[in-house]
Amino acid sequence: MTARRAGLLATGLLLLALALLAVGASIGSTGFEGLLAARHDAVALQILLDIRLPRTLGAWLAGALLGLAGAVAQGLFRNPLADPYLLGSASGASLAMALALVLLGVSPFATAWLVRVGLTGAAFAGAIGGVLLTLLLANSVQHTLRLLLAGVIVGVVLGAAKDLVTLGAPDILSAMQGFNLGSTSFVGWTACALMAGVWLLCVAVAWALGHVLDGLSLGEATAQSLGLPLPRMRAILILVLALATGTAVAQTGMIAFVGLAAPHLARSLVKTTHSRLILLSSLAGGVLLMAADILARWLLAPQELPVGVLTAVLGGSYLLWRMHKRGGGLL
Amino acid sequence: MKLCLWICLLVAVPAQALQLTDDRGVNVSFAQTPQRIVSLLPSLTESVCELGQCARLVAVDRYSNFPDSVRSLPQVGGGLDPNIEAIVALRPDVVLLATASRASARLEALGIKVVALEPKTYKDVQRVLAKLGQLLQVADAARIWRNIDAAVSAAAQSLPAKVKNTRVYFEVNSAPYAAGSTSFIGETMARLGVQNIVPPALGPFPKLNPEFVVRANPDLIMVGDRNALGLEQRPGWAAIRAVREKRICVFTTAQSDTLVRPGPRMAEAARTMAACLQDKAP
Repeated sequence: MTARRAGLLATGLLLLALALLAVGASIGSTGFEGLLAARHDAVALQILLDIRLPRTLGAWLAGALLGLAGAVAQGLFRNPLADPYLLGSASGASLAMALALVLLGVSPFATAWLVRVGLTGAAFAGAIGGVLLTLLLANSVQHTLRLLLAGVIVGVVLGAAKDLVTLGAPDILSAMQGFNLGSTSFVGWTACALMAGVWLLCVAVAWALGHVLDGLSLGEATAQSLGLPLPRMRAILILVLALATGTAVAQTGMIAFVGLAAPHLARSLVKTTHSRLILLSSLAGGVLLMAADILARWLLAPQELPVGVLTAVLGGSYLLWRMHKRGGGLL
Repeated sequence: MKLCLWICLLVAVPAQALQLTDDRGVNVSFAQTPQRIVSLLPSLTESVCELGQCARLVAVDRYSNFPDSVRSLPQVGGGLDPNIEAIVALRPDVVLLATASRASARLEALGIKVVALEPKTYKDVQRVLAKLGQLLQVADAARIWRNIDAAVSAAAQSLPAKVKNTRVYFEVNSAPYAAGSTSFIGETMARLGVQNIVPPALGPFPKLNPEFVVRANPDLIMVGDRNALGLEQRPGWAAIRAVREKRICVFTTAQSDTLVRPGPRMAEAARTMAACLQDKAP
């Protein structure tokens, strides 16, 4: 029964994503603009193919990565407040970004090196570095609470380090603000391909390991008594979490709330096993960010709203409405 | 008794040499010309020095870096997060800051005179210079403004006619925020006679959809070195004329400082832009 419901929901979310892709391809800097009109205009066609399509698809992929990471994090920590940025990846990425921007002005050597790696590469390295630091601090992946605490501490410390760096070089403030608010503006086909590859890998692994999270949800002792190889599985799941989050953050900056809201959205629509939940949460995250991206460039065109603001408005209001309707909670 | 009080007041008023309304609309009065000044805004620091009163500054904020002499002054935090204690300890006669700073109320409560000024446009710069001239009793503030204004015009006149009407995109940061026609930077562009691709309706610093820039197809792009990285690789941007023909001016951090600060160095900013146009405009 739940399997069928989950299947239906997944199909629905995919269809919604396709519909949104079509809408997204028609929303440009001049507002709504029919797709067919682009056939005769070289500039419009180029804008459609090189900018709008990859950007809309990229928004879905980034949202899907964050939704997936959020569901994995909430399952792994057995905590409905967990989000993908929990293990220090966000603060690591923004510290790396700040350092990269400072170095950019300092030495020609650093600039040449940065041009090769790109700011995206630096942010990705920072995100992974943040997670590694958390793991180092927690000593192992086995104590959930310790890991959680270490993640919070690393987040605060790296965040403070980033603030120190920006204080020292105030002219990077405006560039940092762009990164911290998150943006899907500059996602191209390369970024899409990269995110799609990582997404497929992460979905496959998470799907295969969903039963570990099911076992964990019954409590650590029970999971162990079920004969699940917890240590190894946990390590792999944390790797999935770090990889998915790092990839999304590197390409689109710190988009708020998708990772936290997407699993709740999926859970509020269907109760199911973790394998399916992770997939559904990923699809929901994709739809959420894609919708937010479309609204972000439609509402004030040709100006844009920060996309993170809209994910919070869209996802948050939906969750509030569900909570209100049930009178209870979402859990 | 009452009469005596009135007389005392009447006598006392002329002793208050200076009355000034700042940008908050607050009346500030000074018994004599302030001698110890703390400035918490780089453009105000530059304005004070332009009026030849650099020696009266006793401290500046951490972002003030021009002229060189202010670098050796004590720094008392930033405009939005100043170190109140350090400022009070310096016993300034007046603190100059932006209207947005929360520090004004606290400083006033501690008995320190505060003048809040907010230069945002060319007109504001002129007004701020006049106000500061009044505050510091500098007689030729108006002449100093006229010199700056004339230097901007001279920069515009130095440009060959073919440069006029170049369509320019000025990127403030890579979000991307653009400098709109109504911004200070936009005003400089207008004075130089070039076209801003951002229409006035979008306000001073709109966050643009990058598609808008591709469609507007500017002839020339101006950007600071912190935001220039990867600009040519942005999706679809290779088709923009400015990118295709390599007509991109990348400003150093020091140049960017003059370009974005609405202060007395606007003539230098205009010259920087003019040099870019001379070099890169089609």
